[in-house]
Amino acid sequence: MGTIVEQIQGIPLNHYLIFCSVIFAIGVIGVLIRRNVIIIMMSIELMLNSVNLLLAAFSAYHGDASGQVFVFFIMALAAAEVAVGLAIVIMVYRNTKSIDIDSLNKLRW
Amino acid sequence: MGAIITLSLLAILVLYLGLYNAKGALLPVTIAGLLLALGFEISLWNTDATPLYNGMVLFDHLALSFSSLCIIVTILIVLLSKEYFKAISDNVAEYYSLILFSVTGALLVCSYHNFAMLFIGIEIMSVALYILVGIRKRDLVSNEASLKYFIMGAFSTGFLLFGITLMYGATVTFDLEGLKQYVIANPQGISPLFYAGILLILVGLCFKIGAAPFHFWTPDVYEGAPILITSYMSTVVKVASFAGFLRLFSTVLVPLNDFWTPVLLTICIITLFVGNISALMQSSFKRMLAYSSIAHAGYMLFAIVSLGADSASGIFTYATAYSLASVTAFGILIIVKRKVGSEQFESFNGLAKTNPLLALLLTIAMLSLAGIPLTAGFIGKFMMFNAVMQDYHIILLVLAAINAVVGVFYYLRVVVNMYFRTQEENSKVLIPLNYQLVFFIAAALTLLIGVYPDFLIQLN
Repeated sequence: MGTIVEQIQGIPLNHYLIFCSVIFAIGVIGVLIRRNVIIIMMSIELMLNSVNLLLAAFSAYHGDASGQVFVFFIMALAAAEVAVGLAIVIMVYRNTKSIDIDSLNKLRW
Repeated sequence: MGAIITLSLLAILVLYLGLYNAKGALLPVTIAGLLLALGFEISLWNTDATPLYNGMVLFDHLALSFSSLCIIVTILIVLLSKEYFKAISDNVAEYYSLILFSVTGALLVCSYHNFAMLFIGIEIMSVALYILVGIRKRDLVSNEASLKYFIMGAFSTGFLLFGITLMYGATVTFDLEGLKQYVIANPQGISPLFYAGILLILVGLCFKIGAAPFHFWTPDVYEGAPILITSYMSTVVKVASFAGFLRLFSTVLVPLNDFWTPVLLTICIITLFVGNISALMQSSFKRMLAYSSIAHAGYMLFAIVSLGADSASGIFTYATAYSLASVTAFGILIIVKRKVGSEQFESFNGLAKTNPLLALLLTIAMLSLAGIPLTAGFIGKFMMFNAVMQDYHIILLVLAAINAVVGVFYYLRVVVNMYFRTQEENSKVLIPLNYQLVFFIAAALTLLIGVYPDFLIQLN
């Protein structure tokens, strides 16, 4: 365990911060511009996992375990959320035969 | 904590009742369980509020009053659900169970004292709702609403989590007390990470309460969801999110108000204008209520912009008034839609002739939403405007007054339709007993709070 923390600390904290922010931004942009629901869900996962990585990095740097525990919460709840989300996508696919978000236009934006 | 445990177990019990085909017992058991949970909340009222379970939850007066409001509104909505869900599908137990799980999440959001609980509460509340919104599996509109709600909900959770993480990076704690100590201990040297965290959490929470410019999912989701679920989303979820919002800002972020007040002020003004002007242009009653709920979120943000000792009671009064009126409005919409088959304003034509009582109840609800004196909505608006005035946000006050006038116009439109337009077909609608009960409770409370608001204001 000690070695892992040392390895994480071998990289400056700012690098983690910038790296995770970039991944998060890619996720946000993906949600906003992609039209395929599966890819949107992947982008959301990207956002959540960048948060996980950043939490782990902060946790290792500050020597505080609660950040890593929070990562487990995020993983568990993200899994539950995606399970429901995929069920919704399947329901939509059965009705429209498409997973393109533009095929759903019954409601005005 | 008793209430949260009761509701979690109750939801599982209801699932089992459905499994063993005890359909008659579903509604009584649900309501009995909710009343028991309400009893637990009230019994904690006079005890000392200390953070429990390693500082995870805190049952102070803010948490207890907002939790009780959530439970009471849920009871009203569940009472309306008799016969309603049967029309959608055969498996009725799941609806009750999902609603109960969602209320459990709402209670957690009301009483969190650690960001972990805020996150878990929001997720429990939302995941159950994603399913409820899309519960009409063959209905394309419901499907679309469900998918949009899911994507926007998960998206906003991402922002919330990134904000929480940045705050953790600055303070090394998720505990509200620890964050508060950090803010007080470093008045000058607060890390930039913390400020970025505030903004991202603000974005995440504004998505949840449906404040502009993060409101765009609200009208679609509210319109596409079944009416009863819409009434649940626009009341309980909004009340709980505001309680969470208020707790974060009033506990931790008060000393930093120079930083976030301008941001929140802008959000507040945009929300008011977007909500009211869009509501003005709607032809569907349900969509009008969706936009009006955005506008009401704007009014409720007043209390957070001018944070003070009265903020909690202000938001609580406003939320109570708004919830009671919304439940009535959506309930009457269910009845009218069952008869006419449409959610447009025109379907209310001539209701005063055929059902004078129903028209009167809807009028009371609309007057309360518009904020006319002698109704609860007036007291709520008065407290909000008063708070803003004491803080000298004069521009906000003027803009809000203009918006209140716009609001009166579109709320009274449906009243005009009921009283001054006629319809060829003049059959009386039968109002089921449970609907009558809910409407009378809501109307009586609306007028009672409007005439004698002190008992509610003194709660917080």
